[in-house]
Amino acid sequence: MFDSLSSKLQNVFRNLRGLGRITEANVADALRDVRLALLEADVNFQVARDFIEAVKQKALGQEVLRSIQPGQQIIKIIHDELVTLLGADSPGLRLEGAPASLLLVGLHGSGKTTTCGKLARWLHKQGAAPLLVAADVYRPAAMDQLATLGRQLNLPVFTKPGETDVLRLAREALAFAAANQRTVLLFDTAGRLHIDQPLVQELVRLRDLVRPAEILLVLDAATGQEAVNVATHFHQALGITGAVLTKLDGDARGGAALSFRAVVGRPIKFVGVGEKLEDLEPFHGERLAQRILGMGDVVALVEKAAEAVDQDEARRLEEKMRKGQFTLEDFLAQLRQMRKMGPLESLVGLLPGGADALKNADLSRSEKEFRRMEGILCAMTPAERRNPNILNARRRLRIANGSGVKVSEVNNLLNRFHQMQQMMKKMGKFQKLLARMGGPGGAGGLPPGMFGR
Amino acid sequence: MSFFQRLKAGLAKTQHRLVHEIRRIVTRSPRLTGATLEELEAALLGADLGLPMTRRIVDAVKTAYETRGRDGPDVFAIARAQIEQALTPAETPLGRASAGLTVVSVVGVNGTGKTTTCAKLAHYVQGRGAAAMLAACDTFRAAAIEQLQLWGRRLGVPVIAAAYQADPAAVAHDAIAAAQARGADYLFVDTAGRLHTKSNLMKELQKIHRVMDKKLPGAPHEVFLVLDATTGMNALAQAREFHRAVPLTGLVVTKLDGTSKGGMVVAIQQELGLPVRFIGVGEQAEDLQPFDPRQFAEALFGTPEPAVA
Ligand SMILES: Nc1nc2c(ncn2[C@@H]2O[C@H](COP(=O)(O)OP(=O)(O)OP(=O)(O)O)[C@@H](O)[C@H]2O)c(=O)[nH]1
Ligand SMILES: Nc1nc2c(ncn2[C@@H]2O[C@H](COP(=O)(O)OP(=O)(O)OP(=O)(O)O)[C@@H](O)[C@H]2O)c(=O)[nH]1
Ligand SMILES: [Mg+2]
Ligand SMILES: [Mg+2]
Repeated sequence: MFDSLSSKLQNVFRNLRGLGRITEANVADALRDVRLALLEADVNFQVARDFIEAVKQKALGQEVLRSIQPGQQIIKIIHDELVTLLGADSPGLRLEGAPASLLLVGLHGSGKTTTCGKLARWLHKQGAAPLLVAADVYRPAAMDQLATLGRQLNLPVFTKPGETDVLRLAREALAFAAANQRTVLLFDTAGRLHIDQPLVQELVRLRDLVRPAEILLVLDAATGQEAVNVATHFHQALGITGAVLTKLDGDARGGAALSFRAVVGRPIKFVGVGEKLEDLEPFHGERLAQRILGMGDVVALVEKAAEAVDQDEARRLEEKMRKGQFTLEDFLAQLRQMRKMGPLESLVGLLPGGADALKNADLSRSEKEFRRMEGILCAMTPAERRNPNILNARRRLRIANGSGVKVSEVNNLLNRFHQMQQMMKKMGKFQKLLARMGGPGGAGGLPPGMFGR
Repeated sequence: MSFFQRLKAGLAKTQHRLVHEIRRIVTRSPRLTGATLEELEAALLGADLGLPMTRRIVDAVKTAYETRGRDGPDVFAIARAQIEQALTPAETPLGRASAGLTVVSVVGVNGTGKTTTCAKLAHYVQGRGAAAMLAACDTFRAAAIEQLQLWGRRLGVPVIAAAYQADPAAVAHDAIAAAQARGADYLFVDTAGRLHTKSNLMKELQKIHRVMDKKLPGAPHEVFLVLDATTGMNALAQAREFHRAVPLTGLVVTKLDGTSKGGMVVAIQQELGLPVRFIGVGEQAEDLQPFDPRQFAEALFGTPEPAVA
């Protein structure tokens, strides 16, 4: 999978790292590679061009030329510029109006209906009383689909099987919402082509009727160069207020998001990261920037790790690790530090080849698993954690009961712990490697178990 | 509208942009320089042709200019020839088992148009006098079964379905049994959307195929990957991974009715040798057309126009 983007950028970065001094010529070379890499990430070619121009202007400034580590500075400039372009982290939903209405629009199959369900769940958790409105009168079983999601969420859905007039349906939905004290209406609209004038005009009329607080463009993360046209057309017709980027759980780079930002300029509010209704996350510009740039940005990882991990603690762990004295106590400390560093997914993705590893791992599940592991470890006594050999069947049962898991899970954790000890030696080597690659200080303060997946 | 007109209308925007870009490049600077080559490259990438294919075309243009000078070669002709050459046509849009039931498995990532394509394919063979059946093997997505059943009712095609959460391999097994019992000619198997990166879901797909082969040796006889024409470079990764998991026999490119895309199929066929079998040009049952490489290439690049020297 791992498109040449990541490896290409890594090559660029590697080359830059080797340079003592940056000249205009070698910046241009490197940036041309970055541009091609962006194109491969589906960033629109004009957007990519502007982006490169901005980076170049900054890279050729005094600051970089005089700096000691020019390569790293350029990487930082590229990264920061991308984060700026992608915009601020999710500003949340605007919910003006009583009730407030949200309109979800987009191409066929981009994820509108699913996202409606996800947002309803999200809003409900925030205390709102959402009403799902099945305003797709075209696609076969579209209303059934939304009704099913409503049932799963235990939230009301306004459907009118057989209705062909979207506006009449919307009027009745508004009346229903008023009569039933719903505070937010989520309109699921039919997929349509951005150049299909009659259908786009239908949306315009729907907008004028319900006066939505938000008109969200639901955009598939794998969208190619066409994203610019899609966003432009929908925006010109409707006035898009934000976007939801779906299917980010795959390996699409998501360059379309940059295109959306460039032509619409409105925030990306949420990202879809799975088919289930809980698979919705607020947008994080930094995370997406790293994804677009390729996931092997070791420098970012090292920086991030250096922030979160207490350096002395890390060295102590490393020492123990090498000597094979790593205990469950350390394991617990380590788990906690990892959680401080942010979601596992973004961390593993930062590793060289990490994206490849991600392909086969369901990391949101791993996160949950980590929480369970933490629970199990907490249910042990310090003595048990220091010396796992004393964990006989009776103690294991107590721990299982104490942390609300099955004994088999306790056993499983202990097995993993033993495997991890095996891996320690290897990891020691890897950390040295990272330190050599020259993160700030090269502290090598990476929690070892992070690679134990 | 004829197939060609439809396709051409759908691709008009790409064509327009390409024509515009290329003509601008060519007229402004008859001798291709590094800078203009880079621009040509960007124009091709802008049509989602992907880097390797783009480089091939750019190289061909370069070579042609070097050997024949600026009055000789036509940028469009070179590009079109390259595309056509890359898109070897399939022997037949839809294969047929040597005897008995032909099983066609329809796979792909989420929302590309698998279910709709199954219905369209059933309609297609019906129109050729064959008896079709549908298997609802997406037991996961909300209302996926109802969606296929609705299509079945519209087309008068029997749909074999089980309950939600049922094992899709078991549904496929029963569907083959039912199709054989009824003497159907074709069974189209609608599978759940799955991202090619999810190994558990890809294993599930492999299991469905294993079970089908066990029930009817040789099945599925065709495995079509449904690609959304709006998809950019990720289409290549999708094709690679699906092809690795369940060897594919061809591609169906959907949503070509309104988008300027489609370029990634060239790269896919280059790398994996998978021919495009059908294209989807709308939401209705009849909006399916066998793929024609020549017309595709022509629609993509437009008719050659003499460059103004
Ligand atoms: N993996 C993954 N799948 C998603 C995500 N969001 C939606 N999907 C899937 O994408 C497919 C299409 O989603 P829908 O919600 O039906 O899309 P839609 O935009 O309503 O489609 P139309 O109404 O036909 O235009 C379904 O299989 C969903 O389960 C996501 O974030 N990740
Ligand atoms: N314009 C256009 N829309 C299409 C075409 N093919 C499918 N669609 C639409 O795309 C959307 C998704 O189609 P489905 O057939 O449900 O896609 P799917 O791959 O089965 O989706 P999942 O099962 O959720 O993964 C629907 O709104 C279809 O009407 C096409 O060729 N052109
Ligand atoms: Mg929908
Ligand atoms: Mg389907």
